[in-house]
Amino acid sequence: MLWLLLFTPLLGSALCGALHFAALRAGSAHGDDDQGHDSHGPDSRGEPGHRNGDWKNLAGLVACAAMALALGLSAWTWLTLFRAPLTLALESSAWHWIDAGSFSIELTLVADRLSSVMLLVITGVGFLIHVYSLGYMESDPGKAKFFAYLNLFVFAMLVLVLSSNLLGLFVGWEGVGLCSYLLIGFWYQKGWPAEAAQKAFVVNRIGDACFLLGSFLLLRLFGTLDLSAIAGANFHQLGAKSGEIALAALLLFGGACGKSAQFPLFTWLPDAMAGPTPVSALIHAATMVTAGVYLVLRLNPLFAAAPAVLFAIGCVGALTALIGASTALLQRDIKKVLAYSTVSQLGYMFLGLSAGAWSAALFHLVTHAFFKGLLFLGSGSVIHGMHDEQDMYKMGGLRRAMPRTYWTFCAGAAALSGLPLLSGFFSKDEILARNFAAGGFHVLLWVVGVFTAALTAFYTWRMVALTFHGEPRYDASHVHPHESPAVMTVPLVILAVLSLAGGLLNLPHVSPLWASGLEHWLEPVTRAGDEILWRAGEHGAAPHLADGAEWLLLGFGACLAAFFAHRGYHGYKHGHARDQALENGQPRLAAFLREAWKIDRAYTERVVAPLNEGARVLASEVDQRGIDGLVNGAGSLARALGMRLRALSDGQVKGYAIWMGAGAAGLSLLWMVL
Amino acid sequence: MLALLCFLPLAGALLLLCLPRASDAVLRLVALGVTLVVAGLGLALFLGFDGELPGFQAEFVREWFALAGPDGTIPVRLHLGLDGVSLLLVALTALLMPLVVLSSYGHVHTRVKEFLLWLLVMETGMLGVFLALDLVLFYFFWELSLVPLYFLVGIWGGERRLYATIKFFLYTVAGSLVMLVAVIALIWKLGSASVPDLFLHTAALEPTTQAWIFAAFALAFAIKVPLLPFHTWLADAHTEAPTSGSVLLAGVLLKMGTYGLLRFGIQLFPAMAIDAAPVFLALGAFGIVYGALLAMAQDDLKRLIACSSVSHLGFVVLGLFALNSAGLRGAVLQMINHGLSTGLLFLLVGMVYERTHTRQLERYGGLAAVMPVFALFFVFTVLSSVGLPGLNGFVGEYLILAGTFEVSPAWATLGVSGVVLGAVYLLTATRRMLFGPVVHAENRKLADLGAREVGLMLPLVALSVWIGVQPSVLLDKCAPALERILERVEDARFDARLANPAAEDVQLR
Repeated sequence: MLWLLLFTPLLGSALCGALHFAALRAGSAHGDDDQGHDSHGPDSRGEPGHRNGDWKNLAGLVACAAMALALGLSAWTWLTLFRAPLTLALESSAWHWIDAGSFSIELTLVADRLSSVMLLVITGVGFLIHVYSLGYMESDPGKAKFFAYLNLFVFAMLVLVLSSNLLGLFVGWEGVGLCSYLLIGFWYQKGWPAEAAQKAFVVNRIGDACFLLGSFLLLRLFGTLDLSAIAGANFHQLGAKSGEIALAALLLFGGACGKSAQFPLFTWLPDAMAGPTPVSALIHAATMVTAGVYLVLRLNPLFAAAPAVLFAIGCVGALTALIGASTALLQRDIKKVLAYSTVSQLGYMFLGLSAGAWSAALFHLVTHAFFKGLLFLGSGSVIHGMHDEQDMYKMGGLRRAMPRTYWTFCAGAAALSGLPLLSGFFSKDEILARNFAAGGFHVLLWVVGVFTAALTAFYTWRMVALTFHGEPRYDASHVHPHESPAVMTVPLVILAVLSLAGGLLNLPHVSPLWASGLEHWLEPVTRAGDEILWRAGEHGAAPHLADGAEWLLLGFGACLAAFFAHRGYHGYKHGHARDQALENGQPRLAAFLREAWKIDRAYTERVVAPLNEGARVLASEVDQRGIDGLVNGAGSLARALGMRLRALSDGQVKGYAIWMGAGAAGLSLLWMVL
Repeated sequence: MLALLCFLPLAGALLLLCLPRASDAVLRLVALGVTLVVAGLGLALFLGFDGELPGFQAEFVREWFALAGPDGTIPVRLHLGLDGVSLLLVALTALLMPLVVLSSYGHVHTRVKEFLLWLLVMETGMLGVFLALDLVLFYFFWELSLVPLYFLVGIWGGERRLYATIKFFLYTVAGSLVMLVAVIALIWKLGSASVPDLFLHTAALEPTTQAWIFAAFALAFAIKVPLLPFHTWLADAHTEAPTSGSVLLAGVLLKMGTYGLLRFGIQLFPAMAIDAAPVFLALGAFGIVYGALLAMAQDDLKRLIACSSVSHLGFVVLGLFALNSAGLRGAVLQMINHGLSTGLLFLLVGMVYERTHTRQLERYGGLAAVMPVFALFFVFTVLSSVGLPGLNGFVGEYLILAGTFEVSPAWATLGVSGVVLGAVYLLTATRRMLFGPVVHAENRKLADLGAREVGLMLPLVALSVWIGVQPSVLLDKCAPALERILERVEDARFDARLANPAAEDVQLR
C-alpha cells in the first residue's frame, strides 16, 4: 500500500511528461501542416492544435487525480495508525539497494506517526495547490511539463518522509532539490529564473555535502544508516564518543541549513521566488523547506545526545528568524516579503527543536504549511489578477476588486502574525514558551523570538495594507484587477479555514479541551529524545511552564501581536510613505535591511567572485603556463619527431601498417637481444 | 568465446580492408554489424558469468612464442580470461562500440573506411587490455589500443589536431616505455609472463625491486588515467578528437589506466600499494578539486567535459586506494558510470556541434526552447554526472567517499567538496547553453534530435537509471573478485606487521 502511495505521483508525473512530449509533437506536426497543406482550409488545420491543448489540459487533470489518490491513501495510512496501538508503524517490503561489503543499504517504506502527519500535509496541501495550479497555469504553454515536475516533486517528498534509511531519505532530499531546481527555472527563457535555480541547487549542494559527511560519520559510529536503529541506539553507553556524535549531528544540521534555508545558507530561498507562485507555495513554503525540521525530528535522540549542537541550532534558528523578519520589513515585492517571512518562520521551527519542543516544531510546521501556503497562493491570485505585477508599491486598494482573495489573505496574515486563537498564535507561543521554560541561555533566544514575533506582525499587516488598502497606485487605464476563478479561490477558502482553526491540533496544555493533541500523538517518536534530555537534566525536567506563567505568556503574545499588527496596518494603509521616510532618514540602515543584512552580496563578492577568478588563474597560469609549459618544453625537444609524424599521418593505410609492423619487429628484436 | 570476442573486431577490420571504399553505407553497415555481434557476445558473457566465483573465468590459453630467460625459456601465451572487474569493463566496451559507430554517421564523411577500420582495431586493443592474462600480451594490446587513437585524432580531429596528437603521442610513449621496462624486468626476475603466476610470486621479490617496478607501472597508468600532474594531454586530445574518439577516450581508454592500477598496481604489488596509498589518495582528492576548478574556467564545452573527467577519475583513484570494500566497489562502479555519463555528454556535444559548428558556450544560449528533446537528454546526463541519487553516479561516488572516509576523513572531505564544485561547473554550462533567451539568430532554426540520435543514447540512459536503482546488478558481479584483491592486501598488511612488530606496538598505543 505504501509503495502504491509512493508511486502514484511518480506515475502521474510520467504520464504528464508523456503528454507534454505528445503535445510537442502534435505542435510541430501542426507547424508542418501550416506550411505543407494550406489548401485544407482552416478547419482541418485547427484540429491538431486543439488536440495539443487538450493533451495539456488532460495533464493537469491526471496530476490532480494522482494527488487525490495519494491524499486518500495518506488519510487511510493515518486512520490505520490512529486505530492502532501507540508504537505501530506501517512497513513495506524491503528493497535491497547497495551492498558495500562493510555496510549495506536496505530501503523500506515506513509510515509511523511522524510520517503520517507529514504525509497528510504533503498530499493535502499539495492537492489543493495542484487544483489551484489548474487555474494559475491555465494559459502557460508548458503546463503539462509543469504538472509533471510538480508530481515528481511530491514523489520525491514522499520518498523523503517514508524512507527507513538515511540514504533513502537523502534520495528524496536531493530529489526535491532537483524538482525545486527545475521549477524555479521553469520560465528559463527569461534568464534570471535559470540563475536562481542554479543558485538554489548549488547552495543546497553545500548543505548536502555536510549531510554526506554526517552520514559517513554515522556509519562509523553505528555501522548502519537505518533511521530507527540510529534513533534507538543507546546513547547513554556511547558517552565516550560524544564528540563524534556531536560532529555528526552538526553536519546533518548543516544539511538541514541548506534545505531549510537557515543562516548561513538561506540566500537561495528569496531568489527561488523566480518560479511560478504555486511552486513557491508548495515547495518553498509548505513542504520541501521543512525537510530539515523533519530530519532533526526524525533523529531527535541523536540531537538530544548533543546538547551543544542543540543549542547551536537554537542560535542559528533565532538569528535566521531575526534576519528574515527584519528583511521582510522593507521589501517591495510581495513574494519577497513572503519568502523572507518563510526563512524567518523556519527559524522558529529550529528554535523549537533547540528547546526539545519536538512536537511544537512539528505543530508550527503544519500550521505554517496552512497559512504560508495560503498567503503564497493568495499573492499568486493577486499577481494573476494584476497581470504579473509583484511590486506592492504599484498595488493598493485591491480589496474591492478581489474580495475573496482579500478575505482569505487576511485570514492567512492573521495566523502568521499570531493574532489570538488562530493557528500561528498557538504554534508560535508553544515554541516561545518552551524556550522560556528551558531557562538559561534559552531565555535569550526567547527574547529574540519575541522581538521577531513583533516584527512579524508588523511586516505582515504592512503587506496587507500596501496590497489591499488605500488608493490604487497602478495605472487603472492599463491594469484591470480581477478576482481569480473558482478553481483558484476554493483552495484559498479551504486553506483559510485550516489557518484559522489549525490551532485545535495542539492547544496549549492549560486548555480545558483537547489539550496537547499533537504532542500526545507524537509521543512514541519523541520519547527517546525526551528521555535523553531528561537524564541530562537540560530541559526535560520541566517541559511545561506552570499554568499561571503559561497564561501570562499567552496573554503577552496576544497583546504584542495585536499591537504590532495594528501599527503595521496603520502605518501603510495610505501607501508607502513611511518606507520613503526611512530611506531618506537612514539610507544605510534601509539598504542593510532591504538586502538581508548584505549577506548575499558578501557571498558574491567574497566567495563566488574569488572562486571564479581563482579558477581562471589556475587554468591559465598554473595549468597552461606551469604544468603544460613544462610539458611543451619537453615537447619542443621532440619537435623534429613531431614533424616526422606529420609526414606519416597521410591517411595511407599501407604506411601505418608498415610502421606497426616495424614496431612489432623492433619489439621482438628487443626480446631476442634480452 | 573470449578469443572470438576479442579478435572479431580485428577480423572485421581486415574485412573492411578488402571492401571497396565506394559505398560508405556498406562499410558502415559492416562495422555496425561487427560491433553489434561483439556487443551480443559481451552481453552473453555478462549473463553467463558466475558472480559467485572470485577467480578468472572462461579462460582461453594458446602457446604463442617463447622468450629466453635466466633459467631457460619463458613461454608467452595467448592467455585471455576475465574476473568480475574485467567483465564489467569488457561489457562497457562492447556496449559503447556500436553506439560510437552509429554516432560517426553524423560527423565522419571523409575517409570513412579508414575511420571504421581504426575503430575496429581499437576495439580489439581495448578488449584485449581487459582480457589479457599474459603480461606480454597485455603490453601488446595496450599499444594496439593507442595507435588507432593517434590517427583518429590526427586525421579526423579539430583545428589543433596535430598539436594534440603529438602531445598525446609523447605522453603515452613516455608511459609505455617506462611500463615496457617494468614488464621486462618483472618477467626476467620471476621467469614467467603469466599474470596468475605473477600474483603468486611478486611477494617474494626484494622490496626495492618491487617498489621500482610498481612505480614504473603506476607512472604509466597514472598518465593514462590521467592523474594530477600528468593530465594536460587529456584536455587537448579530447577537444580535438572527433566525437567517436572522445567517447571512446573517456568511456574506455581512461579506464585502462584505472584498471591497470587495480590489476597491476594493487593486485600485483599489494604491499607497495599500501605504502603508496597516501600519495594516491592525495593526488586523487586534489585531482577532484583541481579538475573541477579547471572545468569552471572553461568556455569550450568539450574542454569543460574533458576537465570534468580529471575530476571524476580522481574519485576513482580515491576509491581504489582507500583499499577497502566500499572504496573498491565504488571505484569499479564509477569507472562504468563515468563511461556512461561522460560518453553521453560527448555524444551530446557532438550532436550540437554538428548543428552549430561551435563548442563555445557563448555561441549557444536558450537552446532548450529550440531543441527540447536535446535539452531533456542533456539535463538528464548532467544530473547523472553530478551524482543525483537515483541515477548511477551517486552510488559510485557515495561508496568511494564512504570508503575513503573509513581510512582518511580529511581526503574524503576534500573529495566531498568536489560534489559541490561538480554541480557548479556542470549547471553553469547547462544554463549558459540551454537556458535564457535565444541570443543568436542562427540558433533559432536548429533541428531537434532525430530518431537515430535518440535511439543511440537510450541504452545508456536506461543503464544509468538501472544502475542507480539497482546497482547490485553490477556490484554482485565484481564483489567476489574485489574481495580476493582485498585478501591480498590484508595478507600484505599482516606480513608487514610480522616484519615490523614495533610499528604494531605504536599503532596499538
